[in-house]
Amino acid sequence: MTPMMNLFLRFVAALVLAVLMLSLSDYALAANPLPEGAHNVLDTMGPQAGHILDLWRVFLYLCCAVFALILLALLYFLRRQPRGDAGTPPELGFVDAPEPAPRRHVTRAVIASTLGLVALIVASVFTDRALARLPLTGAVNIDVTGHQWWWTARYRNGGPDEEFNTANELVVPVGKPVIVNLKSDDVIHSMWLPNLAGKKDLIPGRSASLQFRADKPGVYRGQCVEFCGLQHAQMTLHVFAVPQEQFDAWVQGQRQPAAEPADPRAQRGKQLFQSVSCAMCHAVQGTLAGAQRGPDLTHVASRKTLAAGALPNTPEDLAAWIRNPQLYKPGSSMPATPLSQEDLDAIVAYLGGLK
Amino acid sequence: MSRRGPLGEEPARGADAPQLKDGEGPGSRAALALEQTWADPPGFFGWFCVVNHKTIAKRFIITCLVFFALAGLMAAVMRMQLARPGNNLVGPDMYNQLFSMHGTTMMFLFAVPVMQAVAIYLLPLMLGTRSVAFPRMNAYGWWLFLFGGIMLFTAFAVNSGPDAGWFAYVPLSGPDYSPGKRVDFWAQMITFTELSSLVAAIVIITTIFKFRAPGMTLNRLPLFAWAMLVTSFMVLFAMPAVMLASSALIMDRLIGTHFYNPAEGGDVLLWQHLFWFFGHPEVYLIFIPGLGFLSAIIPTFARRPIFGYTAMVLSLITTAFLAFGLWVHHMFATNVPELGKSFFTAASMLIAIPTAIQIFCWLATLATGRLNFKTPLLYVLAFFFVLVLGGLTGLMLAAVPLDLQVHDTYFVVAHLHYVLIGGAVFPLFGAFYYWFPKMTGRMMSEALGKLSFWLMFIGFNVAFFPMHMLGLHGMPRRVYTYQAGLGWDGLNLLATAGAVTLALGIFVSLVNAIRSRLAGAPAPADPWGGGTLEWATPSPPPIASFHRIPIVYGRDPMWQPPPAGAPAFVAGLSAQTREQLVTSVLDALPDHRMSFPTPSPWPFLAALATTVLFIGSIFTPWAVVWGSVPVAVTLIAWFWPRMRETAQELALEKQP
Amino acid sequence: MRPALILVALAALALTACEREARRFDTPSKNQTPAEQAPRMGTLQPAAPLQGQVRAPLRNDSPYEENAYAVNQGKRLYRWYNCSGCHSMGGGGIGPPLMDSEWRYGGDPASIFTSIMQGRPQGMPSFGGHIPEDQVWQIVAYVRSMSGQLRKDVAPSRADTLYPGNPENARGKEHMEQAQPPLPEPGARR
Repeated sequence: MTPMMNLFLRFVAALVLAVLMLSLSDYALAANPLPEGAHNVLDTMGPQAGHILDLWRVFLYLCCAVFALILLALLYFLRRQPRGDAGTPPELGFVDAPEPAPRRHVTRAVIASTLGLVALIVASVFTDRALARLPLTGAVNIDVTGHQWWWTARYRNGGPDEEFNTANELVVPVGKPVIVNLKSDDVIHSMWLPNLAGKKDLIPGRSASLQFRADKPGVYRGQCVEFCGLQHAQMTLHVFAVPQEQFDAWVQGQRQPAAEPADPRAQRGKQLFQSVSCAMCHAVQGTLAGAQRGPDLTHVASRKTLAAGALPNTPEDLAAWIRNPQLYKPGSSMPATPLSQEDLDAIVAYLGGLK
Repeated sequence: MSRRGPLGEEPARGADAPQLKDGEGPGSRAALALEQTWADPPGFFGWFCVVNHKTIAKRFIITCLVFFALAGLMAAVMRMQLARPGNNLVGPDMYNQLFSMHGTTMMFLFAVPVMQAVAIYLLPLMLGTRSVAFPRMNAYGWWLFLFGGIMLFTAFAVNSGPDAGWFAYVPLSGPDYSPGKRVDFWAQMITFTELSSLVAAIVIITTIFKFRAPGMTLNRLPLFAWAMLVTSFMVLFAMPAVMLASSALIMDRLIGTHFYNPAEGGDVLLWQHLFWFFGHPEVYLIFIPGLGFLSAIIPTFARRPIFGYTAMVLSLITTAFLAFGLWVHHMFATNVPELGKSFFTAASMLIAIPTAIQIFCWLATLATGRLNFKTPLLYVLAFFFVLVLGGLTGLMLAAVPLDLQVHDTYFVVAHLHYVLIGGAVFPLFGAFYYWFPKMTGRMMSEALGKLSFWLMFIGFNVAFFPMHMLGLHGMPRRVYTYQAGLGWDGLNLLATAGAVTLALGIFVSLVNAIRSRLAGAPAPADPWGGGTLEWATPSPPPIASFHRIPIVYGRDPMWQPPPAGAPAFVAGLSAQTREQLVTSVLDALPDHRMSFPTPSPWPFLAALATTVLFIGSIFTPWAVVWGSVPVAVTLIAWFWPRMRETAQELALEKQP
Repeated sequence: MRPALILVALAALALTACEREARRFDTPSKNQTPAEQAPRMGTLQPAAPLQGQVRAPLRNDSPYEENAYAVNQGKRLYRWYNCSGCHSMGGGGIGPPLMDSEWRYGGDPASIFTSIMQGRPQGMPSFGGHIPEDQVWQIVAYVRSMSGQLRKDVAPSRADTLYPGNPENARGKEHMEQAQPPLPEPGARR
């Protein structure tokens, strides 16, 4: 290695380090961290993801073995064969020669590859079957609609007067199947909960269905995985898998209309909510606000995040979000609302009471 | 001596036939006349009239490499943005434009065109002829490509770059969710590049079928030519699908049709089917020429003919057919019927078989040869690591259940870069190092070549391997930022470091190329001891390529000279007009002589007129009507027969 | 000669494109009077009614008319706030059509802005204080595009909904000569 090359490689290393040091300002956010959520294909929490992980292991082992074989064969040949250069006369004995030995090896390799591929196809089909056979009795029925850049969830179990809307966070009972009916309000989105199941696209003009079952309690994080515009990166979905009793209690709570404000400030907040621009897009069941353009806020205080996972749900974050949503989610549909500080505090106090 | 016309064309003659014929060796009067006859027209205006395939191809290659560099810079900015969570180097709007431009430029303005450009340079040399078929249309194709690329980048420079991704799914790219003209520029760029690709494909197919050296039967056709033949047929079938899709999108956006509007009877998935029917063969359009490069380079550096020629040819053809039956694997997450998806799983897995056959044949060639470890071979060996790994992750993606977990995540980003860079870019760099001496007459530096190779190889793997894990850990594609604490931070930083190293490696190759071009050691005609006909010409080849058209007696004509007593050359083509020998398709028997077009400004002017039509139709449908007029005028002027040329051709004819 | 023409065309394109394609997420239009001085003229308001007056425009200038993104946002807001409930997709119904050349209260930006903010007799609600002014200006730009008053490359194309047709299909100019009904006095009882 020449000194020039040495210097050059050192320069490269230094440049790489400089790149690593390159740092620009982060978001200025409130101190509270976002809720922990498992977000990993390899960490399965339900049977659908489990079947897929089994298939993954089959593929991984087989593909690693094939890769290793090919690489080792290549390296072996590269070491074994004699060297030549441009002046070495080419071996013309091979022209139109039968070459039985390489032909045998190549044929065997091709047959082995074909058999391996067929095995993988069979494994894939068996996994498809297993995925389609999730028992669905007693399933929780949820209609999820994708919007730019948030999720509506409408729980459908019970009669029409027992249905309710929530947004961005699903609560499901552990051990019960969940059927999610997927629709889109605008562009193509895709719902993906890696710990629980594969993904499914939400396509306008079509309806699709995703079934899963969470077998362990926990918080599972998903994200929209079909590019849907400016804030595709911040369209998170959280699923809270809880024991059956807790789920039932949650459902009962969600079916109630909004809690009445407790103190005068929250009262004023409710008045403001209904009269300024909030009510043009948001609904709070039991009040005059009934619009469907933004997330349903009837029980917003019971959620862990705001703005589809962009912010944690604390009063400071809520106030900051209302004052200027474009700072946290530039391009999102919610406009900045010009409010005085007292008005903003009143609205935040009201929303904080909507458990 | 006789005087040339204003565009450098040779002087008009009366009805007398030009008397001088080719067939004498270098330095002879015929050879000098040939050089004059085929010369590029000089001067500023002459530059616009060139139709020589080598000149056009060199311009074409450089244009593609400029686009490659620009798209690479965009990737560098994206990696900087993603190096840390919550970064705000670029905002969501600019990031969306960056990844869309990166993908669009790489796929439409670099990957397929550069392969066609290299083929346009090499094929006549490899096939033993002086020109590609349809040289003026070939020039038109390049001009159109250039203008389309300039249009796209100009749009990007004024904030009108596409921002809906390189495959622009509707409804996001439709009239309701992509306001302005950004997606219109993208859709019209597709029209430019697909027309250019179709033109190049027609040129390549006709050249390979009808303009070969006598004796070069299809059974003796170089594997690179087979690869380009197969690729070009695929182009003919695949490009119309995307032109149809993008035209329907333009119509939806401009004049309010409802092809993709479910509310009025259209279908969102129509776009996906049409696009991916093109899009999957597109990646094979990129991959198969890479396979052709491997088949050209490995025999030379293993000092033996390729093993299993017939199997290799049949594998190429099988791959091309199967490639058209895979497209739904891009749509596994949609609600197309599950049983149908299984068929595409099977097809997507089975296409690995012909590729496996090719890989095993190359391994057999290497296993029985004498190896010469120069830079071209190194790049080719990288293919066996990178492409094979990418192909294996491709098998994973072919299985519906696995795809449903990793689709649209960084796992797919890793896979696609492994197959595209491993299957096309590394072989392309190998091809550059291999044929650079032939094209420029200078040798490249081996030391810099090896440095570049290792930087690229290491940098590439450090950049893209962690992305497999990022995908499995839940990171979606096309996100301009991500939250801290999800386990993605370190892997992203590592990927950025790798990307920088890869960029450095590419830069070293650029430096190598420039230095060598200016001051490299002069290259002999055959620096690597290759077997195919291009190595018979001097480096760089004279403008008429072959002063005497050779006769071919084997698959590697340089290694298999004519048997004793057999003729080595044909003679009798005119040295004073652009005459070419046309041979039969299967056995390359000489069929007739054909007079070839001289340099002309009309391809350039027709491309300009077409550009005005295409760009105008972004803004108003009337451009299609009024823009047709200049196009018609230029085409008519182009094809109008010239009395002088007709007289010359008639004078050269002989009764059978 | 031809290359020069192409360059000129490209330069012209450039000049229009920068503004047309800008995506601004956080720039208030600043085209309103600071204080609420204009009376409400419509008796209806969405959700809970606000007392008090509304802001008027400062200048007769539509801040978003060169910006395709803003006009498209206006189109979405027109849908979301249910303007189509009375105006359909521009063809009118309960409310007058918006895609023709006949304007009861004026078709210039300031007039449309005040119509939306103040409301109008016989059913146009007063949205002042309910819809943020930036959004109202976006809607103003969209409404003007419906009657073909915006530059062709900025005007939005069709929505992904049922399609009403082009402005050319709108009702003709024969109603132009009809006398406009007088605006009621502010505060007048109805």
